[in-house]
Amino acid sequence: MSLPQNWRRQAGRYRLQGIKCQNCGRMSLAPRSICPRCHSTDIAPHQFSGKGEIYSHSTLYQAPAGYQAYIPYTVALVRLEEGPLVSAQLTDVDTDQVQIGQKVEMVTRKLREYGDEGLIVYGYKFRPVLKGE
Amino acid sequence: MENYRGNGRGIMIPNREVGIVGYGAYIPRFRIRADEISRIWKDGEESLHLEEKSVAGLDEDTATMAIEAARNALERGRINPGDMGAIWVGSESKPYAVKPTATIVAEALGSTPHLNAADWEFACKAGTEALQAALGFVSSGMAHYALAIGADTAQGRPGDALEYTASAGAAAFLVGPGEESLAVLEGSYSFVSDTPDFFRRPLQPYPEHGHRFTGEPAYFRHTLQAGQYLMEHLGTKPQDYACIVLHQPNAKFPERAARLLGFSEKQFRPGLLVEVIGNTYAGSSPLGLTAYLDQAQPGERVLMVSFGSGAGSDAFSFRITEKIRKNLAPLPAVQDYISRRREIDYATYARYRGKLNYG
Ligand SMILES: [Zn+2]
Repeated sequence: MSLPQNWRRQAGRYRLQGIKCQNCGRMSLAPRSICPRCHSTDIAPHQFSGKGEIYSHSTLYQAPAGYQAYIPYTVALVRLEEGPLVSAQLTDVDTDQVQIGQKVEMVTRKLREYGDEGLIVYGYKFRPVLKGE
Repeated sequence: MENYRGNGRGIMIPNREVGIVGYGAYIPRFRIRADEISRIWKDGEESLHLEEKSVAGLDEDTATMAIEAARNALERGRINPGDMGAIWVGSESKPYAVKPTATIVAEALGSTPHLNAADWEFACKAGTEALQAALGFVSSGMAHYALAIGADTAQGRPGDALEYTASAGAAAFLVGPGEESLAVLEGSYSFVSDTPDFFRRPLQPYPEHGHRFTGEPAYFRHTLQAGQYLMEHLGTKPQDYACIVLHQPNAKFPERAARLLGFSEKQFRPGLLVEVIGNTYAGSSPLGLTAYLDQAQPGERVLMVSFGSGAGSDAFSFRITEKIRKNLAPLPAVQDYISRRREIDYATYARYRGKLNYG
Protein backbone atom coordinates (compact mmCIF):
# COMPACT_ATOMS: atom_id res chain seq x y z
CA MET A 1 0.00 0.00 0.00
CA SER A 2 1.28 3.47 -0.82
CA LEU A 3 1.88 6.25 1.71
CA PRO A 4 -1.28 8.19 0.66
CA GLN A 5 -3.40 5.02 0.80
CA ASN A 6 -2.17 4.30 4.32
CA TRP A 7 -2.81 7.87 5.35
CA ARG A 8 -6.40 8.00 4.04
CA ARG A 9 -7.37 4.91 6.05
CA GLN A 10 -5.97 6.14 9.35
CA ALA A 11 -9.15 7.19 11.19
CA GLY A 12 -10.75 3.79 10.65
CA ARG A 13 -7.58 1.86 11.26
CA TYR A 14 -6.15 3.72 14.29
CA ARG A 15 -9.30 3.79 16.37
CA LEU A 16 -12.01 1.69 14.70
CA GLN A 17 -13.98 4.59 13.31
CA GLY A 18 -16.59 3.58 10.74
CA ILE A 19 -19.84 4.96 9.38
CA LYS A 20 -23.50 4.93 10.31
CA CYS A 21 -26.42 5.41 7.95
CA GLN A 22 -28.49 8.25 9.37
CA ASN A 23 -31.60 6.90 7.63
CA CYS A 24 -31.75 3.20 8.63
CA GLY A 25 -29.02 3.04 11.28
CA ARG A 26 -26.85 0.45 9.52
CA MET A 27 -23.25 0.61 10.76
CA SER A 28 -20.14 -0.49 8.94
CA LEU A 29 -16.41 -0.22 9.30
CA ALA A 30 -15.83 0.09 5.58
CA PRO A 31 -16.08 3.67 4.33
CA ARG A 32 -19.02 4.07 1.93
CA SER A 33 -20.93 7.01 0.54
CA ILE A 34 -24.18 5.08 -0.09
CA CYS A 35 -25.90 2.79 2.44
CA PRO A 36 -25.90 -0.78 1.03
CA ARG A 37 -29.23 -1.48 2.77
CA CYS A 38 -31.43 1.57 2.12
CA HIS A 39 -29.30 3.41 -0.50
CA SER A 40 -29.42 6.61 1.55
CA THR A 41 -26.49 9.00 1.07
CA ASP A 42 -27.00 10.44 4.56
CA ILE A 43 -23.91 8.79 6.03
CA ALA A 44 -21.98 10.03 9.09
CA PRO A 45 -18.77 8.87 10.79
CA HIS A 46 -19.32 6.54 13.74
CA GLN A 47 -16.88 5.69 16.52
CA PHE A 48 -17.20 2.05 17.57
CA SER A 49 -16.72 1.23 21.26
CA GLY A 50 -14.04 -1.34 20.52
CA LYS A 51 -15.76 -4.04 22.62
CA GLY A 52 -16.82 -7.32 21.07
CA GLU A 53 -16.44 -11.07 21.12
CA ILE A 54 -14.63 -13.64 19.04
CA TYR A 55 -16.85 -15.13 16.32
CA SER A 56 -14.20 -17.31 14.69
CA HIS A 57 -10.42 -17.50 14.61
CA SER A 58 -7.44 -19.13 12.99
CA THR A 59 -3.73 -19.12 13.75
CA LEU A 60 -1.19 -18.34 11.05
CA TYR A 61 2.23 -19.97 11.01
CA GLN A 62 3.14 -18.48 7.64
CA ALA A 63 2.46 -14.85 6.90
CA PRO A 64 2.32 -12.48 3.96
CA ALA A 65 5.27 -10.17 3.28
CA GLY A 66 5.68 -7.58 6.02
CA TYR A 67 4.02 -9.71 8.72
CA GLN A 68 6.56 -12.55 9.10
CA ALA A 69 8.08 -10.96 12.19
CA TYR A 70 4.90 -11.64 14.15
CA ILE A 71 4.29 -15.35 13.44
CA PRO A 72 2.64 -17.32 14.87
CA TYR A 73 -0.34 -15.01 15.32
CA THR A 74 -4.10 -15.41 15.41
CA VAL A 75 -6.56 -13.66 13.14
CA ALA A 76 -10.17 -13.47 14.30
CA LEU A 77 -13.55 -12.37 13.13
CA VAL A 78 -14.82 -10.20 15.96
CA ARG A 79 -18.51 -9.44 16.44
CA LEU A 80 -18.54 -5.82 17.65
CA GLU A 81 -21.12 -5.01 20.35
CA GLU A 82 -22.74 -2.65 17.81
CA GLY A 83 -23.28 -5.59 15.45
CA PRO A 84 -20.79 -5.54 12.57
CA LEU A 85 -18.17 -8.24 12.12
CA VAL A 86 -14.57 -7.11 11.77
CA SER A 87 -11.50 -9.14 10.85
CA ALA A 88 -8.39 -8.36 12.87
CA GLN A 89 -5.26 -9.76 14.46
CA LEU A 90 -5.41 -10.76 18.12
CA THR A 91 -2.62 -9.65 20.44
CA ASP A 92 -1.54 -10.16 24.07
CA VAL A 93 -2.89 -13.72 24.01
CA ASP A 94 -1.22 -17.10 23.57
CA THR A 95 -2.50 -18.82 20.43
CA ASP A 96 -3.81 -21.82 22.42
CA GLN A 97 -5.83 -19.58 24.76
CA VAL A 98 -8.16 -18.16 22.11
CA GLN A 99 -11.83 -19.22 22.34
CA ILE A 100 -14.99 -18.54 20.39
CA GLY A 101 -17.22 -16.20 22.39
CA GLN A 102 -14.24 -14.72 24.26
CA LYS A 103 -14.73 -11.04 25.19
CA VAL A 104 -12.16 -8.83 23.49
CA GLU A 105 -11.37 -5.14 23.24
CA MET A 106 -9.67 -2.98 20.62
CA VAL A 107 -6.09 -1.76 21.06
CA THR A 108 -3.92 0.19 18.65
CA ARG A 109 -0.69 -1.62 17.78
CA LYS A 110 1.96 -1.84 15.09
CA LEU A 111 0.55 -3.77 12.13
CA ARG A 112 3.73 -3.85 10.07
CA GLU A 113 6.90 -2.00 9.25
CA TYR A 114 8.24 -1.34 5.77
CA GLY A 115 11.77 -2.45 6.63
CA ASP A 116 14.09 -0.44 8.86
CA GLU A 117 13.79 2.68 6.73
CA GLY A 118 10.13 2.80 5.77
CA LEU A 119 6.79 3.62 7.30
CA ILE A 120 5.50 2.04 10.50
CA VAL A 121 1.83 1.15 10.02
CA TYR A 122 -0.37 1.26 13.12
CA GLY A 123 -3.86 -0.12 13.41
CA TYR A 124 -6.44 -1.88 15.53
CA LYS A 125 -6.04 -5.35 16.97
CA PHE A 126 -8.07 -7.07 19.66
CA ARG A 127 -6.99 -8.56 22.98
CA PRO A 128 -8.81 -10.35 25.82
CA VAL A 129 -10.66 -7.78 27.95
CA LEU A 130 -8.34 -6.55 30.67
CA LYS A 131 -10.90 -5.18 33.09
CA GLY A 132 -14.63 -4.62 33.34
CA GLU A 133 -17.70 -6.15 31.67
CA MET B 1 4.90 41.21 37.58
CA GLU B 2 1.58 41.66 39.37
CA ASN B 3 0.29 38.24 38.24
CA TYR B 4 3.52 36.42 38.98
CA ARG B 5 3.24 34.14 41.99
CA GLY B 6 6.66 32.49 42.00
CA ASN B 7 9.64 33.50 44.13
CA GLY B 8 11.82 34.79 41.28
CA ARG B 9 14.05 31.74 41.66
CA GLY B 10 12.29 28.93 39.87
CA ILE B 11 9.25 28.16 41.99
CA MET B 12 6.25 27.75 39.65
CA ILE B 13 2.83 28.55 41.02
CA PRO B 14 -0.06 28.98 38.60
CA ASN B 15 -2.32 32.03 38.62
CA ARG B 16 -5.41 29.94 38.80
CA GLU B 17 -5.94 26.42 40.08
CA VAL B 18 -5.03 23.63 37.69
CA GLY B 19 -4.50 19.95 38.16
CA ILE B 20 -4.95 16.39 36.98
CA VAL B 21 -8.49 15.68 35.70
CA GLY B 22 -7.76 12.15 34.51
CA TYR B 23 -4.80 9.76 34.51
CA GLY B 24 -3.97 6.47 32.89
CA ALA B 25 -1.26 3.84 32.96
CA TYR B 26 0.02 1.21 30.60
CA ILE B 27 2.44 -1.65 31.22
CA PRO B 28 3.05 -4.36 28.60
CA ARG B 29 2.23 -7.98 29.38
CA PHE B 30 5.65 -9.58 29.02
CA ARG B 31 8.14 -9.98 31.89
CA ILE B 32 11.69 -11.21 32.01
CA ARG B 33 13.00 -12.16 35.42
CA ALA B 34 16.26 -10.63 36.65
CA ASP B 35 17.66 -14.09 37.39
CA GLU B 36 17.03 -15.09 33.76
CA ILE B 37 19.11 -12.14 32.51
CA SER B 38 21.70 -12.93 35.14
CA ARG B 39 21.76 -16.60 34.06
CA ILE B 40 22.86 -15.55 30.57
CA TRP B 41 25.47 -12.96 31.46
CA LYS B 42 26.73 -13.39 35.02
CA ASP B 43 26.25 -17.07 35.89
CA GLY B 44 23.32 -15.98 38.02
CA GLU B 45 25.28 -13.74 40.38
CA GLU B 46 23.88 -10.29 39.78
CA SER B 47 20.33 -8.97 39.95
CA LEU B 48 20.38 -5.40 41.36
CA HIS B 49 17.56 -6.30 43.78
CA LEU B 50 14.93 -6.45 41.06
CA GLU B 51 12.50 -9.30 40.58
CA GLU B 52 11.58 -8.72 36.96
CA LYS B 53 10.97 -6.07 34.34
CA SER B 54 8.32 -5.43 31.72
CA VAL B 55 9.09 -6.03 28.04
CA ALA B 56 7.15 -4.57 25.12
CA GLY B 57 5.67 -7.07 22.67
CA LEU B 58 6.65 -7.21 19.01
CA ASP B 59 3.76 -4.97 18.01
CA GLU B 60 4.32 -2.37 20.74
CA ASP B 61 6.35 0.80 20.87
CA THR B 62 6.28 4.19 22.58
CA ALA B 63 3.36 5.34 20.42
CA THR B 64 1.13 2.32 21.11
CA MET B 65 1.83 2.40 24.86
CA ALA B 66 1.19 6.15 24.96
CA ILE B 67 -2.12 5.61 23.14
CA GLU B 68 -3.42 3.12 25.71
CA ALA B 69 -2.32 5.20 28.71
CA ALA B 70 -3.95 8.24 27.08
CA ARG B 71 -7.21 6.40 26.39
CA ASN B 72 -7.37 5.43 30.07
CA ALA B 73 -6.75 9.05 31.10
CA LEU B 74 -9.47 10.39 28.81
CA GLU B 75 -11.96 7.79 29.93
CA ARG B 76 -11.26 8.51 33.59
CA GLY B 77 -11.66 12.24 32.99
CA ARG B 78 -14.74 11.66 30.81
CA ILE B 79 -13.33 14.06 28.24
CA ASN B 80 -14.22 14.26 24.58
CA PRO B 81 -10.99 13.68 22.59
CA GLY B 82 -11.78 16.64 20.36
CA ASP B 83 -11.62 18.99 23.39
CA MET B 84 -7.88 18.48 23.82
CA GLY B 85 -5.79 21.65 23.34
CA ALA B 86 -2.45 19.85 23.37
CA ILE B 87 -1.03 16.34 23.33
CA TRP B 88 2.58 16.12 24.40
CA VAL B 89 4.64 12.94 24.53
CA GLY B 90 7.89 12.76 26.48
CA SER B 91 10.19 9.89 25.49
CA GLU B 92 13.72 8.90 24.58
CA SER B 93 12.63 5.90 22.50
CA LYS B 94 10.68 7.48 19.68
CA PRO B 95 9.44 5.17 16.89
CA TYR B 96 10.79 7.64 14.33
CA ALA B 97 14.01 9.66 14.68
CA VAL B 98 12.27 12.38 12.68
CA LYS B 99 8.46 12.46 12.83
CA PRO B 100 6.48 13.26 15.97
CA THR B 101 5.00 10.51 18.12
CA ALA B 102 2.39 12.95 19.43
CA THR B 103 0.57 13.17 16.09
CA ILE B 104 0.18 9.37 15.99
CA VAL B 105 -1.29 9.48 19.50
CA ALA B 106 -3.55 12.44 18.65
CA GLU B 107 -4.88 10.67 15.56
CA ALA B 108 -5.53 7.43 17.44
CA LEU B 109 -7.43 9.29 20.17
CA GLY B 110 -9.50 11.19 17.61
CA SER B 111 -8.21 14.57 18.81
CA THR B 112 -6.94 15.89 15.46
CA PRO B 113 -6.69 18.39 13.85
CA HIS B 114 -7.38 21.42 16.09
CA LEU B 115 -4.65 21.06 18.70
CA ASN B 116 -0.97 21.41 19.47
CA ALA B 117 1.00 18.15 19.28
CA ALA B 118 4.67 17.79 20.14
CA ASP B 119 7.34 15.48 21.51
CA TRP B 120 9.44 16.38 24.54
CA GLU B 121 12.94 15.23 25.36
CA PHE B 122 15.05 15.13 28.50
CA ALA B 123 16.02 11.51 29.11
CA CYS B 124 13.86 10.08 31.93
CA LYS B 125 12.17 13.36 32.86
CA ALA B 126 10.68 14.03 29.42
CA GLY B 127 7.23 13.03 30.71
CA THR B 128 7.24 15.32 33.75
CA GLU B 129 8.43 18.34 31.77
CA ALA B 130 5.49 17.73 29.41
CA LEU B 131 3.28 17.66 32.52
CA GLN B 132 4.77 20.90 33.81
CA ALA B 133 4.21 22.59 30.45
CA ALA B 134 0.64 21.25 30.25
CA LEU B 135 -0.11 22.70 33.71
CA GLY B 136 1.22 26.06 32.49
CA PHE B 137 -0.67 25.86 29.20
CA VAL B 138 -3.98 25.23 30.96
CA SER B 139 -3.44 27.73 33.79
CA SER B 140 -2.68 30.49 31.26
CA GLY B 141 -6.01 29.82 29.58
CA MET B 142 -4.40 28.86 26.26
CA ALA B 143 -6.07 25.45 26.48
CA HIS B 144 -8.90 24.01 28.54
CA TYR B 145 -7.36 20.53 28.56
CA ALA B 146 -3.86 19.30 27.74
CA LEU B 147 -2.53 15.76 27.78
CA ALA B 148 1.00 14.99 29.01
CA ILE B 149 2.44 11.52 28.50
CA GLY B 150 5.68 9.85 29.58
CA ALA B 151 6.45 6.65 27.66
CA ASP B 152 9.50 4.55 26.83
CA THR B 153 10.63 1.18 25.56
CA ALA B 154 14.08 1.48 27.02
CA GLN B 155 17.11 -0.25 25.53
CA GLY B 156 20.19 -1.52 27.30
CA ARG B 157 23.21 -3.01 25.60
CA PRO B 158 23.15 -6.82 25.97
CA GLY B 159 25.11 -7.79 29.10
CA ASP B 160 25.23 -4.20 30.38
CA ALA B 161 23.90 -3.42 33.88
CA LEU B 162 21.12 -1.40 32.23
CA GLU B 163 19.75 -4.61 30.79
CA TYR B 164 18.43 -5.63 34.22
CA THR B 165 16.33 -2.51 34.49
CA ALA B 166 15.55 -0.95 31.07
CA SER B 167 11.87 -1.73 30.58
CA ALA B 168 8.67 -0.48 28.98
CA GLY B 169 5.62 1.46 30.16
CA ALA B 170 3.64 4.67 29.88
CA ALA B 171 1.57 7.04 31.97
CA ALA B 172 -0.69 9.87 30.85
CA PHE B 173 -2.09 12.87 32.70
CA LEU B 174 -5.05 14.85 31.47
CA VAL B 175 -4.53 18.37 32.80
CA GLY B 176 -7.47 20.72 33.27
CA PRO B 177 -9.00 23.41 35.51
CA GLY B 178 -8.73 23.02 39.28
CA GLU B 179 -12.47 22.69 39.83
CA GLU B 180 -12.49 19.55 37.63
CA SER B 181 -9.27 18.09 39.05
CA LEU B 182 -8.77 15.02 41.21
CA ALA B 183 -5.32 16.35 42.14
CA VAL B 184 -4.70 20.10 42.26
CA LEU B 185 -1.18 21.47 41.73
CA GLU B 186 0.24 23.39 44.71
CA GLY B 187 3.52 24.24 43.04
CA SER B 188 6.32 22.93 40.86
CA TYR B 189 10.07 23.46 40.58
CA SER B 190 12.89 22.30 38.31
CA PHE B 191 16.58 21.97 39.15
CA VAL B 192 18.94 21.41 36.18
CA SER B 193 22.66 21.38 35.42
CA ASP B 194 24.91 20.20 32.60
CA THR B 195 25.95 16.80 33.97
CA PRO B 196 27.15 14.07 31.55
CA ASP B 197 25.90 11.06 33.53
CA PHE B 198 24.19 9.26 30.65
CA PHE B 199 23.93 9.95 26.95
CA ARG B 200 23.46 8.48 23.50
CA ARG B 201 24.97 9.96 20.32
CA PRO B 202 22.93 10.02 17.07
CA LEU B 203 22.48 6.68 15.27
CA GLN B 204 23.88 4.68 18.20
CA PRO B 205 21.45 1.94 19.31
CA TYR B 206 22.39 1.96 23.01
CA PRO B 207 23.22 4.70 25.52
CA GLU B 208 26.50 5.19 27.38
CA HIS B 209 26.73 5.98 31.07
CA GLY B 210 29.38 8.20 32.56
CA HIS B 211 29.91 5.84 35.50
CA ARG B 212 31.50 8.40 37.82
CA PHE B 213 28.52 10.69 37.41
CA THR B 214 25.49 8.45 37.87
CA GLY B 215 24.94 8.47 41.64
CA GLU B 216 25.73 11.45 43.88
CA PRO B 217 26.34 14.27 41.35
CA ALA B 218 23.44 13.28 39.13
CA TYR B 219 20.48 11.40 40.62
CA PHE B 220 20.87 12.38 44.28
CA ARG B 221 21.95 15.99 43.84
CA HIS B 222 19.09 16.88 41.48
CA THR B 223 16.38 14.81 43.15
CA LEU B 224 17.17 16.02 46.68
CA GLN B 225 17.61 19.68 45.67
CA ALA B 226 14.36 19.75 43.72
CA GLY B 227 12.34 18.02 46.44
CA GLN B 228 13.80 20.06 49.33
CA TYR B 229 13.57 23.40 47.57
CA LEU B 230 9.93 22.92 46.56
CA MET B 231 8.85 21.87 50.09
CA GLU B 232 10.80 24.73 51.62
CA HIS B 233 9.05 27.33 49.45
CA LEU B 234 5.59 25.81 49.80
CA GLY B 235 6.08 25.59 53.55
CA THR B 236 5.38 21.86 53.56
CA LYS B 237 7.15 19.08 55.46
CA PRO B 238 7.55 15.35 54.76
CA GLN B 239 4.83 14.53 57.30
CA ASP B 240 2.35 16.63 55.26
CA TYR B 241 2.56 14.07 52.44
CA ALA B 242 0.79 10.72 52.15
CA CYS B 243 3.18 9.68 49.41
CA ILE B 244 6.44 10.54 47.68
CA VAL B 245 7.11 9.34 44.13
CA LEU B 246 10.65 9.47 42.75
CA HIS B 247 12.39 8.40 39.56
CA GLN B 248 13.21 4.69 39.84
CA PRO B 249 16.32 3.64 37.90
CA ASN B 250 16.80 0.79 40.41
CA ALA B 251 15.40 -0.12 43.81
CA LYS B 252 18.14 1.46 45.94
CA PHE B 253 18.24 5.05 44.64
CA PRO B 254 14.61 6.09 45.21
CA GLU B 255 14.49 4.41 48.62
CA ARG B 256 17.66 6.17 49.78
CA ALA B 257 16.63 9.54 48.30
CA ALA B 258 13.19 9.32 49.93
CA ARG B 259 14.77 8.64 53.34
CA LEU B 260 17.28 11.48 52.88
CA LEU B 261 14.36 13.81 52.15
CA GLY B 262 12.79 12.70 55.45
CA PHE B 263 10.16 10.26 54.18
CA SER B 264 9.38 6.79 55.54
CA GLU B 265 8.77 3.48 53.80
CA LYS B 266 5.00 3.91 54.27
CA GLN B 267 5.26 7.06 52.14
CA PHE B 268 7.48 5.79 49.31
CA ARG B 269 6.12 2.25 49.01
CA PRO B 270 2.83 2.98 47.13
CA GLY B 271 4.63 4.70 44.24
CA LEU B 272 7.61 2.33 44.01
CA LEU B 273 7.18 -0.07 41.08
CA VAL B 274 10.75 -0.68 39.88
CA GLU B 275 11.13 -4.09 41.58
CA VAL B 276 8.29 -5.58 39.55
CA ILE B 277 8.37 -3.63 36.27
CA GLY B 278 11.90 -2.21 35.99
CA ASN B 279 12.88 1.30 34.93
CA THR B 280 10.37 2.63 32.41
CA TYR B 281 12.50 5.77 31.88
CA ALA B 282 10.14 8.64 30.95
CA GLY B 283 7.29 6.51 32.30
CA SER B 284 9.01 5.85 35.65
CA SER B 285 7.91 8.52 38.15
CA PRO B 286 4.66 9.18 36.19
CA LEU B 287 3.68 5.50 36.52
CA GLY B 288 4.54 5.68 40.22
CA LEU B 289 2.17 8.63 40.55
CA THR B 290 -0.66 6.74 38.81
CA ALA B 291 -0.12 3.79 41.20
CA TYR B 292 -0.50 6.16 44.15
CA LEU B 293 -3.55 7.90 42.63
CA ASP B 294 -5.26 4.48 42.33
CA GLN B 295 -5.40 4.42 46.14
CA ALA B 296 -5.34 8.13 47.03
CA GLN B 297 -7.84 9.70 49.45
CA PRO B 298 -9.26 13.24 49.39
CA GLY B 299 -7.20 15.73 51.40
CA GLU B 300 -3.92 13.84 50.98
CA ARG B 301 -0.81 15.35 49.43
CA VAL B 302 1.71 13.73 47.08
CA LEU B 303 5.20 14.91 46.17
CA MET B 304 6.63 13.73 42.86
CA VAL B 305 10.24 14.34 41.84
CA SER B 306 11.45 13.04 38.50
CA PHE B 307 15.05 12.76 37.34
CA GLY B 308 16.43 12.93 33.82
CA SER B 309 20.06 12.39 32.94
CA GLY B 310 21.97 15.26 31.49
CA ALA B 311 20.65 16.30 34.13
CA GLY B 312 17.65 17.63 36.01
CA SER B 313 14.68 17.01 38.26
CA ASP B 314 11.10 18.30 38.14
CA ALA B 315 9.25 18.44 41.47
CA PHE B 316 5.48 18.71 41.92
CA SER B 317 3.26 19.00 44.96
CA PHE B 318 -0.37 17.93 44.44
CA ARG B 319 -3.36 17.98 46.79
CA ILE B 320 -6.00 15.25 46.26
CA THR B 321 -9.63 16.40 45.99
CA GLU B 322 -13.04 14.75 46.40
CA LYS B 323 -13.04 14.15 42.62
CA ILE B 324 -10.72 11.18 43.17
CA ARG B 325 -13.85 9.30 44.27
CA LYS B 326 -15.79 9.99 41.08
CA ASN B 327 -17.81 6.91 40.29
CA LEU B 328 -16.26 5.59 37.12
CA ALA B 329 -16.55 2.82 34.62
CA PRO B 330 -14.11 0.08 35.56
CA LEU B 331 -10.72 1.09 34.25
CA PRO B 332 -7.52 -0.92 34.50
CA ALA B 333 -5.51 0.11 37.58
CA VAL B 334 -1.72 -0.08 37.63
CA GLN B 335 -2.06 -3.25 39.70
CA ASP B 336 -4.17 -4.88 36.95
CA TYR B 337 -1.37 -4.28 34.47
CA ILE B 338 1.20 -5.60 36.93
CA SER B 339 -0.81 -8.77 37.60
CA ARG B 340 -1.33 -9.38 33.88
CA ARG B 341 2.03 -11.01 33.26
CA ARG B 342 3.47 -13.52 30.83
CA GLU B 343 7.01 -14.60 31.60
CA ILE B 344 9.46 -14.97 28.71
CA ASP B 345 12.97 -16.40 28.50
CA TYR B 346 16.06 -14.57 27.28
CA ALA B 347 15.79 -15.93 23.73
CA THR B 348 12.22 -14.62 23.35
CA TYR B 349 13.26 -11.36 24.99
CA ALA B 350 16.09 -10.96 22.48
CA ARG B 351 13.64 -11.52 19.62
CA TYR B 352 11.14 -9.03 21.03
CA ARG B 353 13.73 -6.37 21.61
CA GLY B 354 15.45 -6.85 18.25
CA LYS B 355 18.72 -7.65 19.98
CA LEU B 356 19.67 -10.34 17.52
CA ASN B 357 20.62 -7.62 15.04
CA TYR B 358 23.33 -6.16 17.23
CA GLY B 359 26.71 -7.43 18.35
ZN1 LIG C 1 -29.34 2.95 5.46
